[in-house]
Amino acid sequence: MKSFRKLTSIAAPLMRANVDTDIVIPISRMVGNSIRGTLGKWAFTSLRYLPDGSENPEFVLNREPYRNAEILITGPNFGCGSSREPAVWAIQEMGIKAIVGSGFGDIFYNNCFQNGVLPVILDPQTVQEIAEEVEQTQGTGKLSVDLEACQVTMPSGRQIAFTVESRRRTGLLEGLDEIGATLRRDDEIRAFQARDRDERPWIHMPGAGS
Amino acid sequence: MTTPQTLFDKIWNSHVIAEIGDGTALIHIDRHILHDLGGSRALLDVRERHLPVHNPELTFATIDHTVSSAPGRQGTIASGIALMKALREETAATGIRLFDIDQPGQGIVHVVGPELGITLPGCLLVCGDSHTCTHGGMGALAFGVGWSELAHVIATQTLYQRRPRTMRVRFEGNPAPGVTPKDLILALIGEIGTDGGTGYAVEYAGSAIRDMSVEGRLTVCNLSVELGAKMGLIAPDEKTYAYLEGRPYAPKGTVWLRAVEAWRKLPSDPDAKYDREVLIDVTKIAPQITWGTSPEHVVSVDGRIPDPASIADADRRKAVQMALDYMGLKGGAPIAGTPVDWVFIGSCTNSRLSDLQAAAEVVRGRKVDPRVRAWVVPGSEIVKRDAEAEGLDRIFVEAGFEWREPGCSMCLASNGEQIPPEQRSVSTSNRNFVGRQGPRARTHLASPAMAAAAAIAGAITDVRSLDRRP
Repeated sequence: MKSFRKLTSIAAPLMRANVDTDIVIPISRMVGNSIRGTLGKWAFTSLRYLPDGSENPEFVLNREPYRNAEILITGPNFGCGSSREPAVWAIQEMGIKAIVGSGFGDIFYNNCFQNGVLPVILDPQTVQEIAEEVEQTQGTGKLSVDLEACQVTMPSGRQIAFTVESRRRTGLLEGLDEIGATLRRDDEIRAFQARDRDERPWIHMPGAGS
Repeated sequence: MTTPQTLFDKIWNSHVIAEIGDGTALIHIDRHILHDLGGSRALLDVRERHLPVHNPELTFATIDHTVSSAPGRQGTIASGIALMKALREETAATGIRLFDIDQPGQGIVHVVGPELGITLPGCLLVCGDSHTCTHGGMGALAFGVGWSELAHVIATQTLYQRRPRTMRVRFEGNPAPGVTPKDLILALIGEIGTDGGTGYAVEYAGSAIRDMSVEGRLTVCNLSVELGAKMGLIAPDEKTYAYLEGRPYAPKGTVWLRAVEAWRKLPSDPDAKYDREVLIDVTKIAPQITWGTSPEHVVSVDGRIPDPASIADADRRKAVQMALDYMGLKGGAPIAGTPVDWVFIGSCTNSRLSDLQAAAEVVRGRKVDPRVRAWVVPGSEIVKRDAEAEGLDRIFVEAGFEWREPGCSMCLASNGEQIPPEQRSVSTSNRNFVGRQGPRARTHLASPAMAAAAAIAGAITDVRSLDRRP
């Protein structure tokens, strides 16, 4: 897994509520055996491109300097809906490494950590203030996200603390291999299964009994 | 005295292998179902790391997302064929049971799991699909995971999860005629919003849930994720056991008796506490239909489309206007009477036998409006065969519907079956998102009976006021 420590970057506000993962990456672009590396171009298709295929000049990530953003600032419930992990891959392939928002779809939030993208949850009022401050600088004011210090620094220098589960934080800071770490406790897993097999044989032997 | 526990608490606690701090636990996964869209990728990820499948006997696979629903599976897209081939190869190599095309057991993962008895009360089930919450209707704890997490489950039969908060939603009272489980859950989403359940495991309870069929409960739990809740569940009862008994992967004989005895202890204790409680008066619910681009954009079919001019909050006004522009609708107008181009009856929400029976009951002896193209896509091979045995296929075909092969089809168009741009569909599926059924397609979510009524009338129609049969 990729690691994440600290990032200072242009940040693009995308403040509409309920941006679902169907909007982040349309299904038609993610059916296939080898889609990784092909998705960045199609991130936010319905917002980013006009029906004739040309760029929509209104969309924030088509505008300078937001085109170079590595941080997204998002409204409530960003990434709701489908569990599709290619939603994270798509924004990652666009260059996004962190998302600061007031709330995320649960599965999307997990998928971010799995791919080294840091989702930061702050209260809605603060997120709004960050977006406004960035917009006042026409996007030139950079945002910093520091996972070691668990702190966001606004363009004005104002600092805001955030919290993240310690397992998630360590995992991202160190780029941990989760499967490898879990398999090191396989004895515990197998002991659980052995005990549970006596208690609930119907779970461990599907269709058991006669 | 021990602390009273909820249904969720009991299932969660019995699956904790290790607490790792911060409210997070390593939990055991009892059942894992793979599908063609992400299944082969996850299996390949594990193989490329030279790791075995931890428990192939607890893992099942089927084909639903990318296969064509046309007769003879004509027109399956090339990328889908490649995904299905990879899934066949990887499941064969790892000893995972695959239910392939034309076999009983093939179908939408969330229809097949309960129908085969793979999903059991008290079990913890995951799948790489957000609508995995559906299985909660069986009294299981079930949730969707991402594709990296799939690989973790395949290699370890476990997941790390943070314990969610708990919410209980009580649906009390008798639903009026024409009001279905789909209407109850859509009304709840309209009430508390698409992030009202984020971070919660939601237990549905109350008299309307107790009186509801098992298939209706699966529909209610299916839409949990449209509340933002990864997990939704309902206490198992005698109906659940009657539904399960004799299904291929349900326990048998003395093991069955032991299982039922254990399942009877699962319902929440009388004094169990929840972090949030919501009460819904079912008697006030009319058939529901969505007007916008989020499941929370929902009204009663006898209601009006919201008028942005009457919304004080500027952000909300703008959001509603954007949704109306996308949907090609005018604020303030009645929703009923809106002309419809397509009707889709299918999806993991509403493609089970009772859904098809409800739609057929509306359709029987009537004709689909000539302006409408209407499809029925059964949820599984077994549903299809059962429906055909009852003659439901003939009722649909005689009325002018297309009777198709089981799969996800037009719910999310991952097999290329799309609603054309700017055409309007009434769909029994779960998401009316921008582009969900195809680029610029306009989706209205409703129950099977309401979708059938729209097909007959050629417009959004209150199923309760459909003209007499000819």
